[in-house]
Amino acid sequence: MTGLIGKKIGMTSVFDEAGNNVPVTVIEIETCVITQIKSMEVDGYDAIQIASVEKREKLVSKALKGHFAKANTTPKRHIKEMRDFVPEGAKIGDTLSIEDVFREQTYVDVVGYSKGKGFQGVVKRHGFSGVGGRTHGQHNRERAPGSIGQSSDPSKVFKGMKMGGRTGNSRVKVKRLELVKVIPDANLIMIKGAIPGPKNRLVEVYNHG
Amino acid sequence: MEKLKLVEQTQTRDDIPQFQPGDTVNIHYRVREGGKERIQQYQGVVIARKGGGANETFMVRKISNNVGVERIFPLNSPFIAKIDVVKRGKVRRAKLFYLRALRGKAARLREKGLIS
Repeated sequence: MTGLIGKKIGMTSVFDEAGNNVPVTVIEIETCVITQIKSMEVDGYDAIQIASVEKREKLVSKALKGHFAKANTTPKRHIKEMRDFVPEGAKIGDTLSIEDVFREQTYVDVVGYSKGKGFQGVVKRHGFSGVGGRTHGQHNRERAPGSIGQSSDPSKVFKGMKMGGRTGNSRVKVKRLELVKVIPDANLIMIKGAIPGPKNRLVEVYNHG
Repeated sequence: MEKLKLVEQTQTRDDIPQFQPGDTVNIHYRVREGGKERIQQYQGVVIARKGGGANETFMVRKISNNVGVERIFPLNSPFIAKIDVVKRGKVRRAKLFYLRALRGKAARLREKGLIS
């Protein structure tokens, strides 16, 4: 698993070589510092730990402060582990650049937190079709869920029954999106299609596969 | 937001002349047919411009064989070889959809004066 941490900037469109208008999401890759290198001998698996986005020193626990001090860097907000990815010659405290990780015309997976929608009914939340009309004796239940179970047997509502509730703001992974363009100078990448979450929210970008 | 503009700047073309709704333009459009490429001309009145940045499009209306034809072009499309501004029309609104209801003499627009 190889990837970096970034921020969603917004959507626009670009023309590819064939002249097609391709919708793209622009992601700004944050500076990612290697804070720990895990090895087979010590930890039982190979991985690197990367951290990014500054955090005020006041908000960091002493233990974490020590962890960041070891990597010779300032406290960071987000820490992620990339398994089975140890770039050659990587040292603790190094920063990973876009070119190390991403190549144009490959595929990536993007993980983000979707937009929070608040308390929503079953039509929006689970795609129920609703009652279907205002006529045939209905007057106020166009978006009602209908029956949620049987009668005295089983005498309960089964767990996991689809009902209304808090919607969105959940971790969503979108797989196999085309990486259209990498701009190393500006730390930007362009991905074909939409990704979860609002602008300026943190996203994780991984190479697909 | 500035980062997005930065990206869009690399996408926008700077060889497109200025034109507004009401102007008559001649668009040289690259057409690909069976591996071959040729240039097709399309002349008509710009009746709307829409969007901004890299996504801007414009709508061109003409009467062809007594049938009204409207085409929407992305302003920054690489298929546009050239845009000639033929006439500058004097109009009082940004979207000229009222032209759809007009035919012949009534659908004419007053000219702003020739371009130097």
